[in-house]
Amino acid sequence: MMTVLPIIQLIVLASAASNEVKDVQVVIVDKDQSEISRTITNKVNANDWFTLLATTFDQDAAFAYMQSGDADVILEIPKDFEQRFYRGEAPQMQMLVNAINGQQATVGSGYLSSLIADVNQDILIDEPRLLSTTNGRQSATIVSNNWYNPELKYPHFMAPGILAELTALLVIILSAMNVVKEREVGTIEQINVTPIKKWEFILGKLVPFLCVGLVLLTMGLITSKIVFGIPIRGSMFLVFGYGIINIICVLGLGLLISNFAETQQQAIFVAFFFVMIFILMCGLFTPIESMPVWAQKLTIPNPLAHFISVTRKVLLKGSGFMDVKWEFIYTISLAIIFNTFAIWSYKKQQ
Amino acid sequence: MFKVFKAFVKKEFYHILRDKRTLLILFGMPIAQVLIFGFAVTNEFNDTKIDVLDYAKDVTSNQLIDHIQSSGHFMVNNRLLSEKEMEDGFKAGASKIVVAIPENFSEDFYAGANPQIQVITDGSDPNNANTLVQYVTQMVNTFKTERSVQGGTPYQIQLSTQMMYNPQLVSSYNFVPGTIALILLIICAMLTSLTIAKENEKGTMEVLLVSPLPPVIIILGKVTPYALLSFGIAVLVVLIGNIVFGVPVLGSFGLLMLMCLLYVITALSLGTLISTKSDTQQKAMMTSLMSLMMPSLILSGFIFPMSSMPQVLQWIGHIIPAKYFIDILKGIMLRGVGMDFLLFEVGVLLLMTLVFLVLTWRNFKIRLE
Repeated sequence: MMTVLPIIQLIVLASAASNEVKDVQVVIVDKDQSEISRTITNKVNANDWFTLLATTFDQDAAFAYMQSGDADVILEIPKDFEQRFYRGEAPQMQMLVNAINGQQATVGSGYLSSLIADVNQDILIDEPRLLSTTNGRQSATIVSNNWYNPELKYPHFMAPGILAELTALLVIILSAMNVVKEREVGTIEQINVTPIKKWEFILGKLVPFLCVGLVLLTMGLITSKIVFGIPIRGSMFLVFGYGIINIICVLGLGLLISNFAETQQQAIFVAFFFVMIFILMCGLFTPIESMPVWAQKLTIPNPLAHFISVTRKVLLKGSGFMDVKWEFIYTISLAIIFNTFAIWSYKKQQ
Repeated sequence: MFKVFKAFVKKEFYHILRDKRTLLILFGMPIAQVLIFGFAVTNEFNDTKIDVLDYAKDVTSNQLIDHIQSSGHFMVNNRLLSEKEMEDGFKAGASKIVVAIPENFSEDFYAGANPQIQVITDGSDPNNANTLVQYVTQMVNTFKTERSVQGGTPYQIQLSTQMMYNPQLVSSYNFVPGTIALILLIICAMLTSLTIAKENEKGTMEVLLVSPLPPVIIILGKVTPYALLSFGIAVLVVLIGNIVFGVPVLGSFGLLMLMCLLYVITALSLGTLISTKSDTQQKAMMTSLMSLMMPSLILSGFIFPMSSMPQVLQWIGHIIPAKYFIDILKGIMLRGVGMDFLLFEVGVLLLMTLVFLVLTWRNFKIRLE
């Protein structure tokens, strides 16, 4: 249960988490019915990135598609568009974009404008007489090249991140609940009357969970390799070395939480509260770079953010120790702080 | 009967209110989440660090670099001297993208010789890579248009773009509805599954079952306080979204509340279903976390668009209550639609609730082993 579920999660989440914009739903309102408008309609239809949801003459009908949330983009081609184009009047088309999700809207409408620009270009090439009147000859093309991941495979990026996140999440929750459970059931009393020292108790709690965390990390890496074929470019030694430090760090946090909770329910909620904030602010789903500066500073005490950063850098880019030295420094400091507090706040006498 | 029920609900309310920490989390978490989503989590790009490898070092290439920076999306981090330096920035995570401008850029640019600008991205983050290339392409295109002689190209298809419902492209418009759905699900489903599992674990369920109250009343009495609390939290989140981030409620506010109530009931029935299946709190917690929280966050179209997922996962996404509720919320709040546009989603939620209740009914054990 504890090992199979996270692995299933890893597989599902890493395949699902992609911000790619595919399948933009387009409605075309073609009032022109000309060569140009038909060319655009056909191109949209033939392009994998678009789905032509409908073509209508009626703006209201098109708008109903958008109101119901089905259409992403409405393209409206006004009457006599083609005639005015050849008269050199540079007529306008209207594009209405459903912008509730801003990023999707930007990329989706970008696709459609490039498609229309291509149609424009084709017309000019077919009609050289039009070109002679244009004296703009400025030209430059963009050639893009994506290093480390030329095909832009999302799972390569998401799997290491999700793996780090799942490991930390499970370890925090398990450790936070464990001690509280002993307290609720009353077995903690029996431990308290033994001559065991505080730090020995905490250490004894740490080691088994550390093993659980490492087993999970190993299994997750093997799964990611088999299922998604993620590259492993850096040193595994570095990943595991960092993993141990990070697990110790989040364990300290879990134990700290359990010291301040009386019931399992409380422990779960406090742990959950932290985990939620950690997950949202660790750069797993949205880039840390696009956060405001104060929020970027807030990611420093977040062990998850460092874990994800290390797994991504080392596995995908083959970064060495010097590239991830800050993650190490921060995590070691956090581990010391959390664990010291956990030992200090653990009281033998209630 | 009703008097007994009221007393029972009161008792459960005392249980919740007595536990100050949980209560703090209950109200603190939604507020913190909405604020984080609104302020810190965006997928907009601002000030992305860009490295420039300028072989041309002429007027036009400098103008182009300035133009790329003028958008506010990019900030030149380093001016590189050779190709060897590109990898350093990527490996340390200091830069995401390198723009390389070829020699004789000025000359070729104005002579129509089509110089090639190389854009190299750190593809380990595909989302960034794709979007950044799009942005740079746009910037280069506007640069070309600006440099072309004014009005010199009459044979252009002009395109006027209107961003509907969210002209400023604010992230919170997308995140606030999703956050509401997620928080309500967590609180309703997780809390109810935990409280009932707790009674099972401690053996106090037995005490309740031998009392003269019918099991239905016991379960109802247990979930009612949470339903009221979650409803209050839903209203709170809508208000914060509106006041702090200006996320509008264009449609009818009454309808919005009614929908929240429906979804709260769906989530509660799901929570009771989970609790009938789990005999310990830890099990209940894990089940709700793994089967509710994560899928709702990832597969519901809250953060990642459903259309870009593998087909199998899209099907799974369609059985997640949160997905329908998010659609309803976006419809009412942002597009201002009425009930006529939401019939399908509401129908699905009602059906789901019914199924969960029937399953709970069949799984609920009157006798404990």
